Parts: sequence; C-alpha cells; structure tokens
Amino acid sequence: MNSCLQTIQDYGLRSIGIGENLLPKTDFTLCQQFTLIGSGLIWNVYFGALALVAGFFLANAIALAKTARNPWIRKPAEWFVFVFRGSPLFIQFFLAYELLVLLPRSGIEVLGITVQTSWLTKAWAGALIVLFLNTAAYSAEIFHGALRSIPKGDLEAADAYGISGWQKFRRIQWPTMLRLAWPSYTNEAIFLLQSTTLVFFSGFPAFRQQGDALYYANYFADKTFNPFIPYPIVAFYFILVTLVVIYGFGAVNRRLNRHLPQNMRAKIRLRPQVIR
Amino acid sequence: MLAACADPKGIEGLTWLTCYLTSGKHLDFYWSFGTVLLLLLVTAPSALLMGFGGAMAARSQIAPLRWIGKGYTAMVRGVPDIVYFLFFVIALDQGIEYVKNLMVCPAGSAWPWQGLEFRVCQEAKVPLASASQFAYQAYGFFLAVITFAIVFGAFVANVIYGAMQAVPRAQLETGEAYGMSHRQVFRRILVPQMWVYALPGLSNLWMILIKATPLLFLLGVKDIVYYARELGGTKTQAYDFPHADWRLYYFLGLLVFYLLMTRGSEILLGRVAAKLSKGQATAAGEAMRKAAI
Repeated sequence: MNSCLQTIQDYGLRSIGIGENLLPKTDFTLCQQFTLIGSGLIWNVYFGALALVAGFFLANAIALAKTARNPWIRKPAEWFVFVFRGSPLFIQFFLAYELLVLLPRSGIEVLGITVQTSWLTKAWAGALIVLFLNTAAYSAEIFHGALRSIPKGDLEAADAYGISGWQKFRRIQWPTMLRLAWPSYTNEAIFLLQSTTLVFFSGFPAFRQQGDALYYANYFADKTFNPFIPYPIVAFYFILVTLVVIYGFGAVNRRLNRHLPQNMRAKIRLRPQVIR
Repeated sequence: MLAACADPKGIEGLTWLTCYLTSGKHLDFYWSFGTVLLLLLVTAPSALLMGFGGAMAARSQIAPLRWIGKGYTAMVRGVPDIVYFLFFVIALDQGIEYVKNLMVCPAGSAWPWQGLEFRVCQEAKVPLASASQFAYQAYGFFLAVITFAIVFGAFVANVIYGAMQAVPRAQLETGEAYGMSHRQVFRRILVPQMWVYALPGLSNLWMILIKATPLLFLLGVKDIVYYARELGGTKTQAYDFPHADWRLYYFLGLLVFYLLMTRGSEILLGRVAAKLSKGQATAAGEAMRKAAI
C-alpha cells in the first residue's frame, strides 16, 4: 500500500512532466498502470475541455453563418463544416502537423516583432487547434439543425410582441436553439473527449513520453504483451469521465428545460457513435 | 515503367512528374486505395451481419442470449473505439496463436504468457516465420477486418435494435391476428419494415466507417496513410526522384479522397432513403405522397 502511494507521488503527474523521469521498465504493478494511465487522462480532459469551450462559440457563429442569406457568408461556413465533417480526424491531425512544421523555425517577422512558431508543432497547441476546429464544425451542424427546427409559433409570437432583430435572437431563438440542440450536443461532447485519444497516435509526437491515457496504455501493452489489463483500465477511466460529462450536461439540460411541463422536457440519451 | 523514365536524373518538368507519379512505389500507393475500398466492402456486410445477430440476441426470449446481446450493444458506449482497435488486434492475435499452440505444439509446452513475453512454439506462429511478406500483410488485414467487424457490429446492433423497436406494434399484432407464428412475423413484417427506420443510423455509420479506415495504419497494414508518409518524406539525391518534404501534398490528396468518398455516399444514401420512404407511414413517406398529388 505504501509503495502504491509512492508510485502515485512519482507518476501521478508524470504526463505533464512532474515527478519521476523514467517510465517503469520491468515489474509492472497494477498500481503503476492505474496511476500512469490516470495521469495521461489529464491530457484528454485538457484537450476535451478547452476545445469544447472554445468550439462552442465558433460553432454558434458558424451555425448562424449557415443560415445567412448572403452567399458570401453562407458558403464559407458550409465549406468549413463539410471539410471538417467529411474527412477523418486522423487525416486532419496529420495534415495540420505537416502544415505547422512548414512554418519557418526561426519565427515570423510581424511589424518588427518576431513571432515564435515552434510551439505550434507541439501537441498541446497544434492538436488543440485541430480539435477546436473539428468540434466547432460538428457542433455547428447540430446547432444549425436546431435553429431550423425552432417552432414556427415561437417566432410568430415574438413578432406579435414586437420583438425583432437582436432581441428576438437573444431572447427567443438562441435559448430555444440551445434547448433543442442540447441532447445532441452532450453526445458531441462525449465523442470529442473520446477522439482526444487520437492525438498521440497521429502526427503529433509525444514530447518526453508525456502522453495521454491511451498512450500509456499502449506503452504497457507493448511492454507486457498483455492487452487485457491496460486497455480495460482506459475503458474504466473513460466511462467515469463520460458519467461526469452526462451529469454536468444533464444539469444544464434541466435548466434549459425548466419552463416546460414535465412530459415535454428533452431527455439526454447516450447515442453511441465512433471517432471521426 | 515508361521508356523515357530510364534515366530519372536527366529529365525535367512534366516528363519528370509523369515518371515520378508512375514509379513502382507510387503504383503500390494507388493499389493501397484498393486496400481501403476492399476493407470497406468486406467490413460493411460483415458488420451488418454481426449487428443483425447482436440485435436479434438482444431481443431474444432466452435470458443468457439476451444478456450477451445487450452486453455487446452496450460495449461501445462511453469507451473510445480506438481502445477496442488496439485491444482486439493484440487479443485476437494472441488468441489465435494460443489455440494453434494447443493443437500443434508438442505436449507439455509452457503456458504462453510468461512474465513480459508471449511465446508459443515455432510451429504455432501465425503466420509462420517462413511465410512471405504478402502473408504477413494479408494476416494483418484479416485481423483488421475482424476488429472492424466486431466494433462496427456493435454500433450496427444498436441501430438495428432501435429500428426493430420502432416498427409500430400494431403491425406485428396484425400479423399475429392473421395466425402467423413468431418467426413468420419476424421475417415477413418486422424485418422488411425495420430498414426504413434503420437507414438514417446505418448511413451515419457508413460515413463513420469510411472515416475510420485510416486506423488501418495504426493496425500495421500498409494503407494509404503509410504510403503518404513514406512517399512524401524528404528524398535525398540517393533516390531516383529527389524532392523536399512533400507529405503535406500527399495528405491533402488523402483529404480530397475522403471528402469525395463521404460526399458521394451522402448523395447515394439520400437516393436510397427516398426509395425506401416511398409508401411508408412516416413523415418522409407522407411528404412524398403529398408532393405526388
């Protein structure tokens, strides 16, 4: 038990570079596997949370742009969604990495100031940008669908009350859109978290063996030739994270639906989907 | 190889590009697109079969069978599927070698999982150490197909189970009223009507399957991602066709390939959906009926 506490101290924050430098090489204990894989989960949560929060705002903007009448606004939004939803995330990671590597290593001169670019090729920044754009595209499609299915009566009622323009959007359209989209958006959040496991398996290399949960699980499976322990541990951690996400998003869902009678409230149903 | 390409260092411009794009490695690269398409063609029906079996098991009257079916459909919830891909490939490989080990190895062989190694006797290796390069590739591909079929079968089972539940109860009761047996109701009423409810889910899965094919690369098959990385990397003067780091362009090519695949499928599946909705008691079917009047 004491040795396990020691292991947690050594490897609990290993994925962000704190603690023991060398990964265990022989005599793998269950405790080591749980600790290291759990430590890798920090990256998954980091990528998932930041991409989701930033993606939410971009998704709103793009969903609105998709409903615009002006083709100069609508077309780019449609293409953005098409490109990011129509291609595998795996390829997007590779492409982004190759693109970012091509940036001049010494930095770019902008108005006399040298802007460093090397950090963009690191997973924490580069992969985050890809995930951010990717989730924005998927969420924009969800929000766009919700915008189109706002009941006609709600909009007519707004007109009847003399609410128009920004007020109408802010007070009628946007809350209804969120309410309608929320169950699907919860699923999107879960799948985004799951797809963060792709980061260290595609273009972005793990820096000093600081990887995500799956990276360490793969490390253990490679070393022990026994896939039956590390992969179920990853699965266990991800089910925990999924439960937390469902709980948090469920609370928001209840708030969005609070004005409706009990039987008309939307329920969040977990619909399985795979990585993109 | 074209005659003009005999001396790659001496040519320039368009001829160089033609020669470059028809070099032996590039032909392998083009064939690997076939690998991806083959994977899709083999996986889609087998996943459909697995899914159908899973959904039938989940609806079964026999409790243990039902538990297996429910467990199989629940498997994919909440866990990233790439975990399954990495897991099943090793687990299947070891499972196959273990079974072969029981059959062909001399009696009294050691238990294969020894500390940090998995070891079976020489005769039990799959493929055998003396096997050709092609056999290794084919075996890897075979493992990948099974893995894809298991994982996607679980997704399909979810969709089909939901679709079977969505067929109006009255339809089944009508069948029973006509004196059909359980089996007849299933075959003549439930299955034919189920497809229209399953199609949106299935077409979604088909899109996801297309987008999951680059994972072949992770499973060790020489697929398009492998070749794009190989061919695109910087080539020094030691090679026939030296060039700088062109991986970006190769990956752009892959991106276009996938965009075309998904867009094409979208259009095709839209047509199928329209065809299936004809005459159905659904919103889409009703809209078609109204439009026809």
